[in-house]
Amino acid sequence: MKRRIIAIMAAVSIMAFGLVGCGSESPQSADAAEQGKNVESVELNGTIKLAGSTSMEKLCEAMAESFMERNLGVTVTVEYTGSGAGLESLAAGSVDIGNASRGLKDEEKASGAVENIVAIDGIAVITNKSCSIKDVTSKDLAKIYSGEITDWAELGGKEQPIIVIGREAGSGTRDAFEELLEVKDGCVYAQELDSTGAVLAKVATTPGAIGYVSLDVVDDTVSGLKIDGVEPTEKEILAGKYMLQRPFVMATKGEISGQNELVQAWFNYINSDDGKEVIKQVGLIISQ
Amino acid sequence: MKRKAFIEKTAKTLCELCAVVAIFAVCAITIYMFMKGAPALKEVGVFDLLFKTIWKPTASEPSYGIGFIILASVVGTTTALILGVPIGLLAAVYISEMAGKTTGNIVRTAIELLAAIPSVIYGLIGMMVLNPIMFRFEQIIFEDDSSHQFTGGANMLSAIIVLTIMILPTVISVSTSSLKAVSDTLRAASLALGATKEQTIFKAVIPAAKSGILTGVVLGTGRALGEAMAITMVAGGAVNIPLPFNSVRTLTTQIVSEMGYAQGTHRQVLFTVGLVLYIFIMIVNYALLRARKAGIDDVD
Repeated sequence: MKRRIIAIMAAVSIMAFGLVGCGSESPQSADAAEQGKNVESVELNGTIKLAGSTSMEKLCEAMAESFMERNLGVTVTVEYTGSGAGLESLAAGSVDIGNASRGLKDEEKASGAVENIVAIDGIAVITNKSCSIKDVTSKDLAKIYSGEITDWAELGGKEQPIIVIGREAGSGTRDAFEELLEVKDGCVYAQELDSTGAVLAKVATTPGAIGYVSLDVVDDTVSGLKIDGVEPTEKEILAGKYMLQRPFVMATKGEISGQNELVQAWFNYINSDDGKEVIKQVGLIISQ
Repeated sequence: MKRKAFIEKTAKTLCELCAVVAIFAVCAITIYMFMKGAPALKEVGVFDLLFKTIWKPTASEPSYGIGFIILASVVGTTTALILGVPIGLLAAVYISEMAGKTTGNIVRTAIELLAAIPSVIYGLIGMMVLNPIMFRFEQIIFEDDSSHQFTGGANMLSAIIVLTIMILPTVISVSTSSLKAVSDTLRAASLALGATKEQTIFKAVIPAAKSGILTGVVLGTGRALGEAMAITMVAGGAVNIPLPFNSVRTLTTQIVSEMGYAQGTHRQVLFTVGLVLYIFIMIVNYALLRARKAGIDDVD
């Protein structure tokens, strides 16, 4: 009997191994399915390769999905390696488009990369309604998040501890906020929540709380803070006055007009109404 | 005759196949967890990963210490057990030994309902009711302490209270049935020897039911250790040393909150966190097996 049990266990383990091993092969079969569809489409065929910023994951996934829906013969692959690495891949010629969630540096431009801003990411700082402070300087904001200022009284408000709320490590919003405020990895959070909605709800219900969210979700359950006297609105962002903003760049080697027809179609799609709708849906601002 | 043997054999094979499905799932999960969890241990280093306390996975020089996270899980579960087990045991004693039939049934139904409430509801109530109360305590206790970071009431203590309530139904219902299973002759003998009712319960009935009670405690431990949703909502979620008024993160909430956008080593480390949790749960289950075995030996 014992031998039988061992035999069954062994057989099952082998099966389990097989299943676990299979997991990694699925993308290829998806590719194959994509190629199967090629026959129907006559216009465009091939693969567009993108690599770069992790913060642009949401935008790229949504854009790639809706682009591929309309162009069945095209496969868009996106790797999220970080802005710098994406631009290096572009320079090396291994990808068609390098994604960067910042403006390009001079040496990157010198190597032939052209900065195509497709969208702007804006972050609003929100406080609980009970907070009397409506305007902070970016310096004070950085001090609040690094734990140097812990009470609203230090900023001239009524005496009340500041509850510092933020997002979890790996979140694009957190990444952008800390980078723009130059407090990268120096933040002392009282609460780390894993979604924009959770931050909004916590700030709305906790007296003395401060948090940050994508600009588009701010509603009247919380109050939006002015930073250095500038209101967090789309208008101010497009005017370049509001500081908590960064461009989402899809850099190409040389001008768009000099790219292959696939890449041109990709940028045409981004600039079309459908593409703009996608940008809005993921909470970004369309650059003019 | 031959036909009967055939049916017999088919039935046996069918049952065997069904058993294999379950074993297959367990094996697949175990193998998967070890395969996914082990690489980060090698990459980061066992000591740096498990015992260092700084969690900065996205820094330019990342640090993947999950020491405080493991500690928070252990402390939270242990404290919830210390609070919950006595309450659960005494409630079970009340239901099985003291309450009349009608009262006992009502209390039992209420406790069964408590067990059926989804954990997200516990979290919601914890967030809306418990956290504001905790915030008030926090403001009073740390009024003059400038080094304390205010968390708005989302802290270890809230998590412990929620966990305590969540393990109560498990402890109570398993304990109640094991107390009820104790033979009445034992009670009668104890009373006949002149022991009071309380002496009978605590010196005779509870020791006789101890393996069942232990099973309840172990099941409760499993529930507390594995709970994620409710804790995410009440514990704050920053990685800190697990003191009562600190915002903390446990093994479960660690995975839930960061899996969404994690990449590379960060992602692998989250699998290792899962592996650590899995090993903890395996230990708890081993304890359960032992507790049950002890019970069977007692009967013999």
